[in-house]
Amino acid sequence: MNIWIIMIIGGLLTFGTRLSFIFLLDRIKVPDWFRRGLRFVPIAVLSAIILPQLTSPNGTLFLSWRNPQLLAGLVAILVAWKTKNVLLTILAGMVALVVIQLLLGM
Amino acid sequence: MIAKTRKQEFWSGVRDESPILLGVIPFGLLYGALAISVHLSTLASQAMSSIIFAGASQLIVAQLVGAGTSGLVILMVVFVVNLRHALYSASVAPHMRHLGAGWKLLLSYLLTDEAYAVTITHYNREGDSPDRHWYFLGAGLTLWSAWQASTAVGIFVGAQIPASWPLGFVLPLTFIALVVPTLKDRVGVAAALVAGLVGLLATNFPYKTGLLVAALIGIVTGLLIEGRQK
Repeated sequence: MNIWIIMIIGGLLTFGTRLSFIFLLDRIKVPDWFRRGLRFVPIAVLSAIILPQLTSPNGTLFLSWRNPQLLAGLVAILVAWKTKNVLLTILAGMVALVVIQLLLGM
Repeated sequence: MIAKTRKQEFWSGVRDESPILLGVIPFGLLYGALAISVHLSTLASQAMSSIIFAGASQLIVAQLVGAGTSGLVILMVVFVVNLRHALYSASVAPHMRHLGAGWKLLLSYLLTDEAYAVTITHYNREGDSPDRHWYFLGAGLTLWSAWQASTAVGIFVGAQIPASWPLGFVLPLTFIALVVPTLKDRVGVAAALVAGLVGLLATNFPYKTGLLVAALIGIVTGLLIEGRQK
């Protein structure tokens, strides 16, 4: 798919999500289980992406303290939990990755 | 309390949004640099900041396009990452009932994490002024301008970053930053762990369907545990 098509559809999806309830609130009533389920969607999808990227950075399972992605990911999880700050989490994880790779001589 | 004028509301929004820019500008720089490093054109990199106008989604699109992921999977991930905006939308909607379609469309476009955060605080604190949407507009436009400008600088700087830097790791880090703070209780943690483990076991499913299976099992786990607690 062309990058411009992805961007335009992605933009419409984003805009549609932001508009959703502002536009619909007077028109429909959302069932309670749907609203509750909505909370788990990002948690489940993103966790399913994150975990394999940390434990299997090169496609095969690598559960070891010599796995820099796994260690740096744990650092990032700690920082995210303590600070709730997106940018700080990314910076801490990147610095941790670079330092750990240097320490392991990679 | 005497209701503020439109101009006062607008500039209050600009003023309250400004300190948040300290956290937003580096994020814009990072996105711009990343987009260039995966060989998106300058035009596409900059245009994405006004077409999608959502930091995490833009990082995802840039990374996944760079990794050659299929368009359908990219769009699914973007949609899911943006679902939280539906919650913001539901939260500001009662304050926007009296507005015309034009205002609703414009303010929806400007409904980012950061504009939502200051606007909903203002809405909940101040009484019912009929011109409060001007505050939302001031906050939203301030953020929008800073986002466009920091993207442009990031694109310029990004061209100088060596290719050996592990920028690809930014994606799982972005996801960690988004997910971890939402894990407020055991139910959330359980949903995350189950989805993560199933995702790990199902990595070899065809067409990335493992992700879908893992997500569904995670969501159902969350709903079931929550249901049992009541």
